[in-house]
Amino acid sequence: MLSMIAARLKTTIPSVIGVIIVTFLLTRVLPGDTAAYFAGPAASNEAIAEIRGKLGLDRPLPVQFVSYVTALVRGDLGTSLTTGQPVTADLAQRLPASAELTLFGLLISMAVALPLGVLAAVRQGSWIDHLCRIVATAGVSLPVFFTGLLLVYVFYFILGWAPAPLGRLDVFFSEPPRVTGFLLIDSLIAWDLEIFRAALSQLLLPALTLAIFSLAPITRMTRASMLAVLGADFVRTARASGLSGRKVIGTYAFRNAMLPVVTTLGMVFSFLLGANVLVEKVFAWPGVGSYAVEALLASDYAPIQGFVLTMAILYVALNLMIDILYGVIDPRVRLEG
Amino acid sequence: MAITRRAAIAGGLSAPFLMTGRAGAQSPSRSETLLLVQEYGPNSLDMQGIGASQPVNGVALNCYDRLLRFKPVPIPAGGGNQVSMGELEGELAESWQIASDGMSCTFKLRDAKFHSGRPVTAKDVKWSLDRAVTIGGFATTQMNAGSLEKPEQFVVVDDKTFRVDFLRKDKLTMPNLAVTIPFVFDSELAIKNSGGDPLAKEWLKNNVAGSGAFKVESWKPGVETIYVRNDDWASGPLPKLRRIIARDIASPSTRRALIERGDADISYGLPPKDFKDLLDGGKINVVGVPIPNGVWGLYLNSQVGPFKDVRLRQAVAWVLPYDKMLQASLFGRGVDMSGGPETPKPAWPTPFAYKTNVEKAKALVAAAGGGFSTTLQFDAGNATVAEPMSVLIKEALGSIGIEVEITKVPGANFRTEIAKKTNPMTLNRFAGWLDYPDYYLFWTMHGNNSIFNIANYQNPELDKLIDAARFTTDKAAYEKFVVDFVKLVEREVPMIPIAQPTHDVAMQKSIGGYQFQPCREPDFRYLTKG
Repeated sequence: MLSMIAARLKTTIPSVIGVIIVTFLLTRVLPGDTAAYFAGPAASNEAIAEIRGKLGLDRPLPVQFVSYVTALVRGDLGTSLTTGQPVTADLAQRLPASAELTLFGLLISMAVALPLGVLAAVRQGSWIDHLCRIVATAGVSLPVFFTGLLLVYVFYFILGWAPAPLGRLDVFFSEPPRVTGFLLIDSLIAWDLEIFRAALSQLLLPALTLAIFSLAPITRMTRASMLAVLGADFVRTARASGLSGRKVIGTYAFRNAMLPVVTTLGMVFSFLLGANVLVEKVFAWPGVGSYAVEALLASDYAPIQGFVLTMAILYVALNLMIDILYGVIDPRVRLEG
Repeated sequence: MAITRRAAIAGGLSAPFLMTGRAGAQSPSRSETLLLVQEYGPNSLDMQGIGASQPVNGVALNCYDRLLRFKPVPIPAGGGNQVSMGELEGELAESWQIASDGMSCTFKLRDAKFHSGRPVTAKDVKWSLDRAVTIGGFATTQMNAGSLEKPEQFVVVDDKTFRVDFLRKDKLTMPNLAVTIPFVFDSELAIKNSGGDPLAKEWLKNNVAGSGAFKVESWKPGVETIYVRNDDWASGPLPKLRRIIARDIASPSTRRALIERGDADISYGLPPKDFKDLLDGGKINVVGVPIPNGVWGLYLNSQVGPFKDVRLRQAVAWVLPYDKMLQASLFGRGVDMSGGPETPKPAWPTPFAYKTNVEKAKALVAAAGGGFSTTLQFDAGNATVAEPMSVLIKEALGSIGIEVEITKVPGANFRTEIAKKTNPMTLNRFAGWLDYPDYYLFWTMHGNNSIFNIANYQNPELDKLIDAARFTTDKAAYEKFVVDFVKLVEREVPMIPIAQPTHDVAMQKSIGGYQFQPCREPDFRYLTKG
């Protein structure tokens, strides 16, 4: 198991190096002039040149790259011009917000999609199968920002059930002492149930938005995978041996159907990290997605590089986790690894 | 950051705004707290610093004092105050006296204290003004616009007396001391924490060291800024509000929902359509001020491409559907700039005599050799207004044989594009802080060819008139120069004014004391709630 992890880790090193080079080049090649942007209104060409010099953008690309990598080795991702803060600090501040939102969204989605997918497969052609199809179609065809705005409109604006979409906490609450950066967990650690409730109610709508978006792939994959397994020989044998339907589906079929579902979950998780960008905008969520978009609009290189690098590392870590999870679910994978 | 913060705590003086716990203990009630929602917040706390974004003006305005400020006057349409740029009142200055030769001004400072408790001295004023003229970037450019160029101009007479020597007689010098750039830092505190940098750039970016009406209690870039009142403020009547929470909410529809539901007190920067809807709805107050010295204009490149020919520029001015553009893109939230009198008023922006007249336009195009194709660009960041405007321009020009292709330039790239000065047509909004016609034209049509001279317009005759207007002290002569140069640009039309936009702010009915400032950021010092 350990050697498998080590072998997998080794293969990720080239991809991380590749990401570093590509993001560096992309941010330089893409149009948009940081110096002109930050020289502000009424800037003369001399002022722009002066700022370019100060930012080190007038040096040749290889020199810029070397200084970038040297700083990177020291854990320095540079300074964001839009927030004026070190990128590492910004990302550390914002990553838990995005992670909490994405994971919570994924949890809601799984809680709905897995049972729905299994039921649809077991009762193929019944009303629940149709419901499954409708939910999946609706989920994929609604753009996330639209679902987000719709939920805000209905639950906040019309009904007044949800709190104001003002980020992670109502303005009159202060954050609990930071331990994990996840407000739900931190507030429990501080045993402040009022803040826990407040944070949960802020989290519900944006997480629901993400959940609706990710329902479709998980439901469809669960259904398809269950169908394939239900038609397999060992299920027929189990049935023939007189095992109860619950036991056949729950223990034999479901466990075997999980492999492709886990793969899908990994993919959906990375999609969600992307979809986050728009949801964060609508709900004023202080996460990494909105941070990256603002940096992109301002041609602010350092945060973009930092964001892409962080995402790449997250993605690599996620794939590794999925590989390990495979081994747990199906011991044969462990042997092959 | 870690070192500077430790240094700050060691200094002990900055404790009032680092220790948030104390403020929390006597936490002001909701009725004394204002919740402001805006598109994005400050990226620094130092407006003089390079790369400071638009909202940083709000920090400079509320947390720092200047020598002078503009005098509030009622907005003609009601709803609060705007400022009269010609009339100044003392902020840190208790009184001031212009020398008999008109070449210097001496300020007497009032007994004000910095947030640190130190008294404000003339030495601090000099340090701050020296910094503004030497730091480079926008701060220095803005100072130079009022002939404030060299540290030698700023003289400490004694602890409470300060003098500014003028390089030349420039009517913009005094008003330029009241904008959000020449504000006064606690120089001792800044130097102590500077870590060797004589201008303390890094420390002042993250810390406020001022004497203003508000202090920054907490600042989370990109998330929120919380201000608390400085109860010892000496430069004006104590503000009514004790705490302001400014949240950054990127989505305009969310900002609108928040204000309509009554959860936010004030909302800045909504699309014009939302302001119109809120106004029509009648539940929310919308205060609109035509942006002084601001105008949406169509810039026609006078050096490169088809619009070198003045007849074609005039043809475009004769064919634009001015009223339709005002309604469809600004939803009426602006002032029409067409159909003005033969002799323009000595004002800017002022309506040009052009109005929609297709026949005239067709004749001019025919005289210039017939139709052609060209491109029109605008900043994608302004798309809510600029996109419908561009489509109407395209349609109108199509009717006189000019094919227009529209290019939407991403915000980050727009400055680069306009700096090239090669695009034939550009739609843009420009607003100068100092409300003088010569100031606006100096930036947009003068031969100094600043980045905002998008039309690449060069005319020594115009330069002479602008410069003469800038430095004359005779009011009658000034007005004549203005009328002359407005007439000249009206005839030459390197830029066609379309509409003077309105700066709108939406607020709850319970909010009073709205104050419009030329920097267009909220002024918390006058606001009241309930």
